[in-house]
Amino acid sequence: MTTQAPILNPGKLLSVRDLRKFFPVKRGVLARVVANVKAVDGVSFDVARGETLGLVGESGSGKTTIGRCILRLIEPTSGSVEFEGTSVLDLEPGDMRRLRRHMQIVFQDPYASLNPRMTVGTIVAEPLIIHGGLNGAERDERVAQLLQKVGLSPDYRKRYPHEFSGGQRQRIGVARALATNPKFLVLDEPVSALDVSVQAQVVNLLQDLQAELGLTYLFIAHDLSVVEHISTRVAVLYLGKIMELADRRALYDDSLHPYTKALLSAVPVPDPTVKKTRILLTGDIPTPLNPPTGCVFHTRCPIAQFPICKTEVPPLVEHKPGHFAACHFAGAPLPVAQP
Amino acid sequence: MTGARVADLDVDPAEALLEVENLRTTFFSSDGEVHAVDNVSFHVRRGESVALVGESGCGKSVTAMSIMRLVSAPGKITGGAIRFKGRDLAALSERQMREVRGNDIAMVFQEPMTSLNPVFKIGAQVAEAIRIHRKVSRKEAWKQAGDMLELVSIPDPHKRLHDYPHQLSGGMRQRVMIAIALSCDPELLIADEPTTALDVTIQAQIMELLASLQKRLGLAVLLITHDLGVVAEFCERVIVMYTGRVVEEAPVHSLFANPAHPYTRGLLRSLPSIANIDNPGRLATIPGMVPQLTALPRGCKFNPRCPDVMDICLGLEPDLMPVGTGHNARCYLHGDQADPARIED
Repeated sequence: MTTQAPILNPGKLLSVRDLRKFFPVKRGVLARVVANVKAVDGVSFDVARGETLGLVGESGSGKTTIGRCILRLIEPTSGSVEFEGTSVLDLEPGDMRRLRRHMQIVFQDPYASLNPRMTVGTIVAEPLIIHGGLNGAERDERVAQLLQKVGLSPDYRKRYPHEFSGGQRQRIGVARALATNPKFLVLDEPVSALDVSVQAQVVNLLQDLQAELGLTYLFIAHDLSVVEHISTRVAVLYLGKIMELADRRALYDDSLHPYTKALLSAVPVPDPTVKKTRILLTGDIPTPLNPPTGCVFHTRCPIAQFPICKTEVPPLVEHKPGHFAACHFAGAPLPVAQP
Repeated sequence: MTGARVADLDVDPAEALLEVENLRTTFFSSDGEVHAVDNVSFHVRRGESVALVGESGCGKSVTAMSIMRLVSAPGKITGGAIRFKGRDLAALSERQMREVRGNDIAMVFQEPMTSLNPVFKIGAQVAEAIRIHRKVSRKEAWKQAGDMLELVSIPDPHKRLHDYPHQLSGGMRQRVMIAIALSCDPELLIADEPTTALDVTIQAQIMELLASLQKRLGLAVLLITHDLGVVAEFCERVIVMYTGRVVEEAPVHSLFANPAHPYTRGLLRSLPSIANIDNPGRLATIPGMVPQLTALPRGCKFNPRCPDVMDICLGLEPDLMPVGTGHNARCYLHGDQADPARIED
């Protein structure tokens, strides 16, 4: 459908092809499937070793579902996920569990992602217990190391999550994710719930750890400013499909897709002297339960032309080296709103 | 006089719609008394857009709730005055305050889904707001409700009156909240994080709507937010809060061009911004954490985290010192004690 070989990167750690996740909606006494929520609808991308791929999108874009499908926290409906050449979706439970040593996740909500009845020490040690290989004393040593690595005192092992602030809890989540020495981390909105000054601390921590440990990140967020800061490449998602994929500078300075341009223009800039050309999208984001035909963005697109945008799904095409867009009119200028 | 405004040359009493003076709101808990709002003073002029900015726990929401007299136990306004068109709202009875809410000052909250009643139609909820303050028939109220939905650019407004909240998207619900808030023509709208729960393209629509309504209706807006981007794009003046106090106030251009308080500077420097041309590898951070209100340091509350801390900062808490026209900062780096060399950024 939309698979294009040029998305491949040499030295790639992760390879996703045609990923789909539909959630069936059942009605009636016989629980017949009447519709599907098309959360992810044909997504393909690679992640190179050591890079940070940002996945950006608004509600219903499918970004969180993609992250979970890659780790098989949710089973995809179809498609393939390859991690270092191994087909993830075909693995038996035992093999999957062993693979999970290398692929970990940090969740968005620092208040919900830590078990309130476990001590911090136990929380961080849990992955080590599950994957085995260390005795009690070694585990304890490792937990102390991990806490220090994320900037927390090893003495915090005995404490409970409720004794910590949001930023500290997020650090605990990061420590837990690093316990098994993973190569790949899915970061699902890791700083969205944090105050600005705390965000900065956690973002710096994530970058330092990446440099020190050679980690590869899939960074999922709706905050474009943070994504632009931390990512090597960025994919823009809308209603379960990739609209644009490019190097971060190319995406921000030279975006090709009208949705990307509208998204960038919508982000408020903390500088009152910056005069922006406002591209306002009309209407609401459609529901993935009944996505628009053809190009899913056509209902809100300022440059949509009919019938093509309503009838034909634009393929994700490489317009410039490493810069992909799914638009029949990629690169076309947008009409700007009158000030 | 601690906490009073200084160098505020611009306030013409005839123009000040809202004047908050030495407001103190205290929460009484088993851990002791906590002043969520401590000696806060500021004003909002007719038709002006003012931002109350700060991070979690700084007291901005409690300030807004205090103005509306919506602070519930164990919280209580324990000091100061809230003058709206000269009348002290803090001294009014609940009955008198009900006349003010909706009519003179209206409020919009962060979560439109929890603000709207799920079992009543949209039309009924807007009409209810109208009928509380105006003597009109039900039919007339529904018609006016439809007009209000049109004012906030809801497509097919008269049809939407018959929808229930769950049938609308987040952006639409927030428009309905704004319609309800404006239905009786208030002069001041307090918006508490109105777009935080919304997607970024929807946020842009709502802020655009607020800006155009402000212009059309001559509405004053007090915007409570943590998002400095929204502040830069929408507000004329900014008040920065930290641990329940005002630490800096300034016209928006002055605040961003010349932030005077080290906390404000720290906040601005820690923002990753798309407009940041020379993109630093690491974000500048403010060391440490916001202190608990039950364990505030002596002297200036920011002193444990301040890169420019001096001995005097550990003793008596500073007053607001003048920095420029309409620009004040609660910091010993400015004012009489100032050492110009230390202000160099």
